Amino acid sequence: MEDKKKKNRIKMREQTPQARIQNFMEVPYGYTPNEAVEEASRCLSCLRPACRNGCPVEVDIPSFIKLIKEGKFIEAAWKVKEKNALPAVCGRVCPQEIQCESLCILGKKGEPVAIGNLERFVADYEASEGEIQTPEKPKVTGRKVAIIGSGPGGLTCAADLIKSGHQVTLFEALHKPGGVLVYGIPEFRLPKTIVEREVEYIKKLGVEVVVNAVIGKLYTIDELLNGHGYDACFIATGAGLPMFLGIPGENLNGVYSANEFLTRANLMKAYLFPEYDTPVKRGKKVAVFGGGNVTIDTARVALRLGAEKVYLIYRRSEEEMPARKAEIHHAHEEGIEFMLLTNPTGFIDDGKGNICAVECSKMELGEPDESGRRRPVPIKGSKFQVEIDVGIPAIGTRSNPLLLHTVPDLKLNKKGYISAEADTGMTSKQGVFAGGDIVTGSATVILAMGAGKKAAKSINEYLKWKYWDFKR
Amino acid sequence: MFEIVKKEELSDAVTLFEIEAEDIAKKAKAGNFFILKINEQGERIPLTIADFDRDRGTITTVFQKIGKTTHHLGTLNEGGFISDVIGPLGKPAHIEDFGTVVCVGGGVGIAPVYPIAKAFKEAGNTVISIIGARTKNLIFWEDKMRAVSDDLIVTTDDGSHGRKSVVTVPLDELLRTDKSINLVIAIGPAIMMKFVCITSEKYNVKTLVSLNSIMVDGTGMCGSCRIEVGGEIKFACVDGPEFDGHKVDFDLLMARQRMYLDEEKFALQRYLESYKEKKGGK
Ligand SMILES: Cc1cc2nc3c(=O)[nH]c(=O)nc-3n(C[C@H](O)[C@H](O)[C@H](O)COP(=O)(O)OP(=O)(O)OC[C@H]3O[C@@H](n4cnc5c(N)ncnc54)[C@H](O)[C@@H]3O)c2cc1C
Ligand code: FES
Repeated sequence: MEDKKKKNRIKMREQTPQARIQNFMEVPYGYTPNEAVEEASRCLSCLRPACRNGCPVEVDIPSFIKLIKEGKFIEAAWKVKEKNALPAVCGRVCPQEIQCESLCILGKKGEPVAIGNLERFVADYEASEGEIQTPEKPKVTGRKVAIIGSGPGGLTCAADLIKSGHQVTLFEALHKPGGVLVYGIPEFRLPKTIVEREVEYIKKLGVEVVVNAVIGKLYTIDELLNGHGYDACFIATGAGLPMFLGIPGENLNGVYSANEFLTRANLMKAYLFPEYDTPVKRGKKVAVFGGGNVTIDTARVALRLGAEKVYLIYRRSEEEMPARKAEIHHAHEEGIEFMLLTNPTGFIDDGKGNICAVECSKMELGEPDESGRRRPVPIKGSKFQVEIDVGIPAIGTRSNPLLLHTVPDLKLNKKGYISAEADTGMTSKQGVFAGGDIVTGSATVILAMGAGKKAAKSINEYLKWKYWDFKR
Repeated sequence: MFEIVKKEELSDAVTLFEIEAEDIAKKAKAGNFFILKINEQGERIPLTIADFDRDRGTITTVFQKIGKTTHHLGTLNEGGFISDVIGPLGKPAHIEDFGTVVCVGGGVGIAPVYPIAKAFKEAGNTVISIIGARTKNLIFWEDKMRAVSDDLIVTTDDGSHGRKSVVTVPLDELLRTDKSINLVIAIGPAIMMKFVCITSEKYNVKTLVSLNSIMVDGTGMCGSCRIEVGGEIKFACVDGPEFDGHKVDFDLLMARQRMYLDEEKFALQRYLESYKEKKGGK
């Protein structure tokens, strides 16, 4: 009995697939305090805990789990927050299975401790207890830092810098702060009230958040550094330029980039139309293209907007899908139809400028390509059509040149992302640091947060000496 | 929050707002646009910056009441507030001394053509302007346009004011007779811009148009505004809004503008009904 308990983690209860595809509410309900204590008790409190090494922001995992065991939930939340300003977010969207949890010793024989679930629990618990504690105000340094972009990278950097006593302004192009957390990741995976809560916390720490500020247009980086008196800038503008398939018919009505579809649905709340003004086409038969997390999020949103049929069309096999296994599982459970080894070759016009079908080719896997995955090649004479009224390429994003074009002395790499030192975020331009997706290309919330943390540290150093030595 | 400091009804359907937005005014140039969102539930819509006043710290915009958002906007008054104003967006118009230019503004497009005509005049060009609308009540800024033009031609479809014709008729005459014309600028409904381009192409005169596709973010992030120019996909919000009209696929633009026709109709009707109820209840 004891052994069995140790082997399997406490499952989080969740909405049934039948129920949840009818609404936009979060899928898992979260742990109860008892469940959290029980799950935390599975932790062996290893002498040399490996889990910590798997956390890009170095959360003291064993200590916070120990506090949960002892029923000290608020203290556990503070422990997490020493390193991670966004625990309720990370508990929900981090790929723990390839980070901390992959190193948990229990994983060798059974399931690792559900570190992500526990992180989520303590953050939610603290929030449900009302007043969230803020640390004591630090001594004011008189230095000013501008942060461009309010995604996880920008938010983390802002939180760390304000704790060092600098004056911090966070500039965001959209009307709401949060980056991908508000415009991309859907409500049912990350409720927007949670992002708001985290942003409120950062404001309470003293960060000034300026929305509707498109940097490059409203102010340039040079104006911020010179005219506006900022001593340093951190650029965390994400990788927000959508890629299209480049096939005929892609501009027909009913074809959306994943960015547009998700922005309409999440940020603009088109799922509440007409209470909210922004419309989105509610397709009856929807196809999403790609194999990543964004593809799956898009498919699941389409389903919740009332689609009778949602196809996920991917040119390789399920093995090669970059999406998290848990997400693939959710998609299967919800009845999304996977059309694997299938490649779209054109969208078909209904004669009125709307899409009515997609033409596809069947594929087979050939030799491995540079990514190490087997390259899909089309099978001759295998073309067929699938009837759809909404088609959504979700095949990735690139670097948005809007801001970068206005900073000619900022070195970019071949792909158009900012060249920045991984450990410090330093760029080729004095006083300018960068991190997150705008440096790495689309990655993860926690990696952007890690970059924000490292940049905050080196900005602190820089503000002391104003010394610049970029070696790349 | 952005305050409406001045409101003026320019015609039956066209309203002018001067909005306090100091930092945007500082950076605005002819040809730029901005995006606004009225309130929490609102959608983001692009509007042209028809004028700006750096001293007063304001931008001026002109809109026609077409859908729900613009009708709602029309009910706001001086001293009222708009929750979000984002800009200046888009590339500014390319202004230099081309010699003689013709500026064509159709309907509510008269507003965005005005700052461009003014800038061309200031840059030393001879400016001939043509403004047109369906009927007399929809023409506005005739004086303002005249002040920045060497010659102004007014047309209405029904002949209730100025010449009874569409804008392309006088344009064709001008291009036929005046070989010194080096550039045409056209802003207005897509169908008007399309025919202006067909006209000017006959005479091989370069034509710039300003495209008003459906937008969400206005920063190149979503692709909602995409159009085809010379067979390539372009994003009107960041690559434009000004493009070489002879290369634009206007039929695609018009099809894409109709994408949400049903939703727009539904939302407008619902809005007008609730607005009537509210008014009646008071
Ligand atoms: C649909 C979707 C689902 C995802 N799911 C997950 C997941 O489950 N787990 C995970 O770990 N990761 C996930 N990711 C990836 C993750 O969200 C990103 O890696 C992360 O958000 C990057 O953070 P960032 O701070 O670099 O930038 P972003 O979050 O992209 O934020 C950048 C911000 O900068 C703003 N900005 C851009 N240009 C300007 C400018 N010129 N001036 C002012 N502001 C500007 C943008 O509006 C935006 O708000 C997902 C991504 C998407 C799109
Ligand atoms: S409006 Fe979104 S890319 Fe142009």
